[in-house]
Amino acid sequence: MAKFAKLSFKKDELNKELAGFFKGILENGAVDAVLVPMAQTKKGVRLTLVTSPAHTAQVDPFAPMAAVSGAKIASSLTSRPSGRKVAMVLRPCEIRAVVELAKLKQVNLDDVLLIGMDCLGRYENTDFAKFQEQAGTSEAFLENAQAGKTSLSDFDIIGACKICEFPTADNIDMRLCAIGAGSGSVFIEAVTEKGEEALEKSGLKSGEAPAGRDEAVKKLVAARTEARDKKFAEFRSDAGNFEALRDKLAACVNCYNCRVACPVCYCKECVFITDTFRHTGEQFMAWADQAGTLKMPNDTLFYHLTRMTHMSLFCVGCGQCTSACPNDIDLMPLFRTCADKTQARFSYQAGRSMDEQQPMAGFKSDELVEVTGQVK
Amino acid sequence: MSEFEPKIVAFFCNWCTFTAADLAGTSRLSYPPNIKIIRVMCSGMVDPKFVLKAFLNGADGVLIGGCWPGDCHYINGNLKARRRVALLTEVLKQYGIGEERFWLRWIAASEGTMLKEIAIDMTAKLKQLGPSPLRNMGQMAV
Repeated sequence: MAKFAKLSFKKDELNKELAGFFKGILENGAVDAVLVPMAQTKKGVRLTLVTSPAHTAQVDPFAPMAAVSGAKIASSLTSRPSGRKVAMVLRPCEIRAVVELAKLKQVNLDDVLLIGMDCLGRYENTDFAKFQEQAGTSEAFLENAQAGKTSLSDFDIIGACKICEFPTADNIDMRLCAIGAGSGSVFIEAVTEKGEEALEKSGLKSGEAPAGRDEAVKKLVAARTEARDKKFAEFRSDAGNFEALRDKLAACVNCYNCRVACPVCYCKECVFITDTFRHTGEQFMAWADQAGTLKMPNDTLFYHLTRMTHMSLFCVGCGQCTSACPNDIDLMPLFRTCADKTQARFSYQAGRSMDEQQPMAGFKSDELVEVTGQVK
Repeated sequence: MSEFEPKIVAFFCNWCTFTAADLAGTSRLSYPPNIKIIRVMCSGMVDPKFVLKAFLNGADGVLIGGCWPGDCHYINGNLKARRRVALLTEVLKQYGIGEERFWLRWIAASEGTMLKEIAIDMTAKLKQLGPSPLRNMGQMAV
């Protein structure tokens, strides 16, 4: 049974209260380190690895930004593990990517206390800077976003978040609950035994569950799902053939930033930067001869289609691809609509469960008979 | 105007389907020359990139031929191929290349006649369908 601890805060003191919690789990040895979004000296917020309880004051876990996917950081920290216990405060999309990376043995969760925060969306990096300039705070963001107001002067949360049906995290040890927590409070929920132990050590007392939470989450999920379906339908009617796809990708310069930013692009070395694609001049000329012209750099469609076959089964819809594109191509709907189809084909959902085998990691002799349509 | 002749790139496994093609040859069976065979060691080694590249370079259809389930020389390469084909089909289908252009078929070493029939069948279906939507986009597209 989940346990909840209520964290009440006075105006502008949300982060102070949260800092107390992280200080508690560090001081009392529940963990040796905390990976948590933290305000940098002047500008910006970044995931920060904190090992000293004296340095938790700047935490800002609900800051509406994610400069890089935390799943990639989790991989750096644990794929060759330190042996020290670390609490990781991540967004739901990051947690779902962590689940996929754990299956691929690129994240090791043995010494990790996973803490999933409620997420109401994030701003692009550059927009978050404006948010800070306008004296925006996480506290105000949480309150406004729950009232449906995420847009500020000339920016809003990213498209991926607007259609994200996973505002809360699963497969975690603890949750930072903001949705439906009521004004002036957040809740810390212990989900697993490991989480309960940490909650106990933090010194917080467990009590009532937040009364309005379940309903508030349900309502938000319904609204986001509706927005998602609308976006999918819109995108599909607009990009249902290769010519439309080419046009969507017209600004692509083959920089491959989208796969660098993608938390589930799992290859250690992408084939597109290997010698396989280091063609001779003669080869380029031969291709140009075929149609009389060859756009260069070439293989743009080839690259994106290959990425779709590689990562779409694990796509968590985090929107980092769109954020990373230097030419403002909105890649998220491209990969999410594709992921929707490929995951459905294998009744798979990225990040849903640790126990579900990744579709390309197994096979059965008596399945998918419709592919060949042949029966012996 | 001359009739449209589809280009079909076929990846045949060394042990079953390529041997079936060999048998079709030695048995003097004739099948359409639209099928261009690439011999691979196993249907399970057909990387989705091979198929994508074939389509992007103007193939009207791609046919992968492998051993029947249970008969794979490498025990289960064909079963891996089947999952990959299902995955890639889902990707391609969204942009207009569906199951009708991308076939996986089990053809055993003894099934030279079946190979002939499948070659005839696929060529006829693609003639009806017309050129691949990618063909007219040319190299400029890819």
